[in-house]
Amino acid sequence: MKLTKEQLEKLADISRFSLAEEEKELFLEQINQMIQLAEKLQEVNTEGVQPTIMGMPIANRMREDKRRPSVAREKVLACASDHKDGMFRVPAIFEE
Amino acid sequence: MKFETVIGLEVHVELSTESKIFCGCSTEFGAPPNTNTCPICLGHPGTLPVLNRRAVEYAIKAALALNCEIADWTYFARKNYFYPDLPKAYQTSQDDHPIGSNGWVEINVNGKKKRIGITRVHLEEDAGKLIHSEDGSESLVDYNRVGVPLIEIVSEPDLRSPDEAYAYLEKIKAIMLYTEVSDVKMEQGSLRCDANISLRPVGSTHFGTKTELKNLNSFRGVKQALEYEQKRQREVLESGGKIVQQTLRWLMHEGKAVVMRTKEEADDYRYFPEPDLVELKIDADWKKQIADTIPELPDARRDRYKESYGLSDYDAGLLTVTPEIAQFFDDTVKEGAEPKAAANWIARDLIAYLKTGDYALEDIKVTPKNLSDMTKLIQKGTISSKIAKQVFQELLKHGGDPETIVRERGWIQISDEGELREIVRSVIEAHPQSVVDFKNGKDRALGFMVGQVMKKTRGKANPQLVNQLILEEIGS
Repeated sequence: MKLTKEQLEKLADISRFSLAEEEKELFLEQINQMIQLAEKLQEVNTEGVQPTIMGMPIANRMREDKRRPSVAREKVLACASDHKDGMFRVPAIFEE
Repeated sequence: MKFETVIGLEVHVELSTESKIFCGCSTEFGAPPNTNTCPICLGHPGTLPVLNRRAVEYAIKAALALNCEIADWTYFARKNYFYPDLPKAYQTSQDDHPIGSNGWVEINVNGKKKRIGITRVHLEEDAGKLIHSEDGSESLVDYNRVGVPLIEIVSEPDLRSPDEAYAYLEKIKAIMLYTEVSDVKMEQGSLRCDANISLRPVGSTHFGTKTELKNLNSFRGVKQALEYEQKRQREVLESGGKIVQQTLRWLMHEGKAVVMRTKEEADDYRYFPEPDLVELKIDADWKKQIADTIPELPDARRDRYKESYGLSDYDAGLLTVTPEIAQFFDDTVKEGAEPKAAANWIARDLIAYLKTGDYALEDIKVTPKNLSDMTKLIQKGTISSKIAKQVFQELLKHGGDPETIVRERGWIQISDEGELREIVRSVIEAHPQSVVDFKNGKDRALGFMVGQVMKKTRGKANPQLVNQLILEEIGS
């Protein structure tokens, strides 16, 4: 399997990356090397083996439905690059 | 060419837990913006989510009530997309192993029963709320809603008309209310719906190209938007055109849908297992424990009312739309009211009154005992059913003992024959033409004379008795 330039451009687009031409060349080469490495793993027969979701053999770690204090809004907004009226301010977004 | 409509709905229901799905922040609606947030729901680096047990149990409960099979093993997945309503740039959701699958609900449209398949029910977190400035220069984000537990209920494309879609939504809402997993308030966004619709020639087994409708803010909105889009697609197809796969935004006030985006390829969310959460095993014991908490559901309750009390399908349906109304009916019967009479008052007068002011049952004063006592007064002949309407209005607004109300207002029915006969005589004397008309076969004339007696007694005369006395007096 090989990643094509079109696929790379699409991935960059949905990940909101803007790549220069020479970056595209470089990343394409590097990503394809990684895919090659991963392909080696495909040689292992995994029939009947349940996919691993998490490295640890544990399940059902849950908390009780109890409220805990939230963080003060000033502190939350202090982490924002911009805010207004108690809300995070972002560039104009058209619905989807 | 005749076309058939194919509709599938995606319904999102917020679960009424106290805290969010992965952190302890409050899920309360209407708090000031960004006051119910913390580093976990805001997706700050280094934080770890821990699953809320009640959210899982509510999702299982809802899925069971929707007749789903429950996964014995499942996990969460990241659904990746960039949009400011998600601070983490992914939504923690479920992919190929939803908690529930292969379910169904039964709907009833114009007396025709039909099963609508439910493809899946999965558990996920809600996203934040965006407020777009009017001049389009900026958007503001409130993350209070981020991380509120949500189930997504996806129907099979089994719905064939906007009316069926409406009935399906009502049924989903009722089941959520009965199981108490959500308050399903569409105006507060705790129930949201997107609709897919396509048309195909009758008899065809292939689906036509579909469009997706968004921004459907009420059940009526869903129905209107689907009616609009059904008509539009039919016109395009009938004039030889082609439907373009699009997402449309419904504009309620303008009564039309506008294009939000045209889909050229399928969405690419690059799902992968959420490595910060452990897997979830649902064994038979846990499932049974949850199943045991499911109360009698609307369909079963409706059937019980029909079988035990001989109510019509329509009335039994009205009484079981919400568990509160159904409980009110049960309690009224328990207080000794005759079931059919109780059903009539609740299904007609009480529900109509609730609708006039968009009231909830707890906003009105009448109790099941009040209503039961009132039906007994009618049965005993103390008040006429006409006067009872006035008594009931009084009860709705102020509550109280019906017998006291009737006595204090002097509304007791006049059943005294001597007293009524005198009034009947005076009415006959005053309207000789009516007597002639009646004798010439005009039945309406009798009704008119009864009406005159009722008027003179301000509605208090016993109507059957008045009828009888008039007939006696005019010698018919």
